[in-house]
Amino acid sequence: MSICFTNARLIDPETGTQEIGSLTVADGHIVENGPAREMINCGGKCLAPGIIDIGVKVCEPGERHKESYRSAGLAAAAGGVTTMVTRPDTTPAIDSPEVLEFVRRRANEVAPVNVLVMAALTKGREGREMTEIGFLQDAGAVAFTDCDHVVRDTKVYSRALTYARSLNALVIAHVQEPTLSSGAAVTSGKFASLRGLPGVSPMAERMGLDRDIALIEMTGVRYHVDQITTARALPALERAKANGLDITAGVSIHHLTLNELDVADYRTFFKVKPPLRSEDDRLAVIDALANGTIDLISSMHTPQDEESKRLPFEEAASGAVAMETLLPAAMRLVHNGYLDLPTLWRALSLAPAKRLGLPAGRLSIGAPADLVLFDPDTPFVLDRFKLHSKSKNTPFDGARMQGRVDATYVAGRQVFSR
Amino acid sequence: MPKLPRAPITPRTKAGPVMTFTQAHLLGIEHLHPSEITTLLDLADHYVDLNRQPHKHSDALRGLTQVNMFFENSTRTQASFELAGKRLGADVMNMAMQASSIKKGETLIDTAMTLNAMHPDLLVVRHPHSGAVDLLAQKVNCAVLNAGDGRHEHPTQALLDALTIRRAKGRLHRLSIAICGDIAHSRVARSNIMLLGKMENRVRLIGPPTLMPAQISEFGCEVFEDMREGLKDVDVVMMLRLQKERMDGGFIPSEREYYHRYGLDADKLSYAKPDAIVMHPGPMNRGVEIDGEIADDINRSVIQEQVEMGVAVRMAAMDLLAQGRRAKTAGVMV
Repeated sequence: MSICFTNARLIDPETGTQEIGSLTVADGHIVENGPAREMINCGGKCLAPGIIDIGVKVCEPGERHKESYRSAGLAAAAGGVTTMVTRPDTTPAIDSPEVLEFVRRRANEVAPVNVLVMAALTKGREGREMTEIGFLQDAGAVAFTDCDHVVRDTKVYSRALTYARSLNALVIAHVQEPTLSSGAAVTSGKFASLRGLPGVSPMAERMGLDRDIALIEMTGVRYHVDQITTARALPALERAKANGLDITAGVSIHHLTLNELDVADYRTFFKVKPPLRSEDDRLAVIDALANGTIDLISSMHTPQDEESKRLPFEEAASGAVAMETLLPAAMRLVHNGYLDLPTLWRALSLAPAKRLGLPAGRLSIGAPADLVLFDPDTPFVLDRFKLHSKSKNTPFDGARMQGRVDATYVAGRQVFSR
Repeated sequence: MPKLPRAPITPRTKAGPVMTFTQAHLLGIEHLHPSEITTLLDLADHYVDLNRQPHKHSDALRGLTQVNMFFENSTRTQASFELAGKRLGADVMNMAMQASSIKKGETLIDTAMTLNAMHPDLLVVRHPHSGAVDLLAQKVNCAVLNAGDGRHEHPTQALLDALTIRRAKGRLHRLSIAICGDIAHSRVARSNIMLLGKMENRVRLIGPPTLMPAQISEFGCEVFEDMREGLKDVDVVMMLRLQKERMDGGFIPSEREYYHRYGLDADKLSYAKPDAIVMHPGPMNRGVEIDGEIADDINRSVIQEQVEMGVAVRMAAMDLLAQGRRAKTAGVMV
C-alpha cells in the first residue's frame, strides 16, 4: 500500500520550509519519492505532519456520556490530530496499571488515531502518595501528571519527582499557587471587578512555576509545564532553560486566541483553567511561542456536558472541547501574521514528538506517515452541533474561522476526509 | 466601559412627561442609559407622593403576578419589593429558595423553567453568584429584576440611593460622592459607581486596599486609603456594610481597628462639606462602620429616607417594565 501526494505545499517543521513538492508513503512510513499505487494531487494545499496533542481529556472511565474514545478519536481525526496523549483526570483517576490497561484497550479498539496515555503522579491525584510510576511506565504511560491539581505538599512532590527521575519519566505539571488561586473563576483585573467575579492574580502562575523550577534543579526530573499563559511567568521559564534544566512548556490554544473579555456576559463556554488572561498576556505568550520559549501548543480538550456549563459562572465547570477547532484556531495566528506555518507546526507536532521521544511529527524519510492535508484559507462559520465530540462546549461556536482539514492519515491510512 | 445604548425616542400617549425606558429586564445599571435612569427616578418621585397618601394603592400592575425568588437571605429588599408590588395591585408570591429545591439538587435553570411554566409577569431574583440573574433572564419569558447577584450588581439599591441624593441635594450631577468600606465584596458599590458615573458625578472610593477590587481606578473613580483625605469636601458620604459573612479570612485585622480607621464618626465627617448627607444601605453594624449617633442624626443621616425611596423606586421599576411588556404584546397582536 503506497500513496504519492503530488503538488502539495509540504510544511516541514524540521527544516522550516513550506515548498511545493511530492511526498510518498509506503507501509505506514514516509519513503523516498517513487512510484506508488495511488497518486493524490493535492492541488497546492498544505500537507503537514499530523498534530500531536498532549493533554486531551477523554472521559473514560467514568463519564462516557461526555466523551468516549470513539467520539474523541473521530474528533481528533477531523481536527488533524494523529496522536492524542490523554489525561488521567478521569473518574476514577488513571493511577494504577489496571485502569491504564483498560484505557489502552478501549483506545486501541475504537479510536482511529494513535492514543498514548498519561498516568497520575499521585494516587487519586490527591497529592499525598506517589503512584506506581514504574509499573505504570511498563504498562505504557508516557508521562505522569496530576493535571489541574497542584501537589500542595512540597515534600511529597519532591519525592515523587526524585523517584520519577530515577525512571527517566516525564512529569507534566500545572503551575498555579494553589491557595492564592483558590475560588477564582477569572483573572483578577478590571474585567473581574466589573463582573463581580472572584479573580486570581496572574502572579499565581509565576509563583507556581518558581517553586517547580527550584524542584527541577533539586531533583533533575524531566519536566513539562502544561500551560504558561502569563507574561509574568516567561522570564523565569527563559532563565530555567538558559540554565540547562530539562524543562519544556506548552500553552493551550484558547490562551493564544482568546482573552478575558471574551467571557463577556458570563459565557461559561469561555471558562477554562487557568482562566483566560489579558490581551497583553496573550500577545506575550504568542511572542514566546514564536521564539521557542514556549515549545508546544495543546488543545487542552476538556469535554463538559450542557448541565455542567449551564450554571452561574462561578459554579460552572471549566474546560472546552478543542481538538477539532485546534487547527483553524491556530491558523488565526498565521493569518494575523504572528507565525509562519513551519513554526506553527514545530509547536503542533515536532516539539511534542521530541518531548515524548516519538519518531512522528516530521516529514523526513522513515517517519510514520501520520499526515494532515488542509487548506489554510477555506473560510467557514463553526457550528458546534456539527462537532464529532459528544460534548459541544466550544468557545468558537458561531466564530468565523479560516483553514480546514481536508484529510487525515494515520500510518498511511486515511482516517478522515471531508 | 461598554458603549451606552442610544436613547430611544418613544413618546407616551398618556398625559404626563415623555418617558423613555426600553429595557425588558432590570439586570443592572450597566445596561441603562442616563435618560432611562432619569425616567425611572421621575416616576419614582411620583410614587413617593402616592406612598405618603392615606390611600396608597394604584392599579398599575393589576392582574399581573410578581414572584420574589431569593436564593440568599434578605429581609429589607424582599419586604420592599413585596410592598411595592402589592401597592401597585400585583399578586405577589414569595419563594424562599435557600430552603427549597436548590437543596434537593435542582439546577437554577430547572427552577427557572418550573417557575416560568406558572406564567409570572415579574420575577424578582437575588442570588449569591454573580451573573446568575442574567442567566435566569435568558431562560424565562417574564421581566426579571435583579435584587442583587453575588458581588456584581444591585440596581434598585443604586436607584434608590440616586433618588435620595437627588431629593436631598436638588440634583444628581456634579456632586462629589464618597463610597466607603468593603468595596470588593459589594454589589451596591458597583451599581452605585456605574450609576453615579453615568450621571456625571465625581466618585471617590475609600477603604483598605484588601477590600478594594483590582484596577477599580480604571472605572473613573479616585481611590483613597486615608478616610479623612477621601472625605474632604464631599457632598455625600455613602457607607457600606462590612459584610462579615463574605469574609473568608483576614481582610482586616479586627473590627475595632477597622472602626478606628474607616468607621464614620463625627471627626471624620467634619472633613466633608458641612451639609454633606450620610447614607447606608443597611443593615448597619453600629460601631463597626458607622457611629450610632451619626446614623441617628436627622440633620445628616438620610438612612430612613433611603428605605422610603426603596419602595417608590421598586414601584417605578416594575411599572416601567410592565408597561414595556404591555406595549410589546400589544404590538405583537397588531
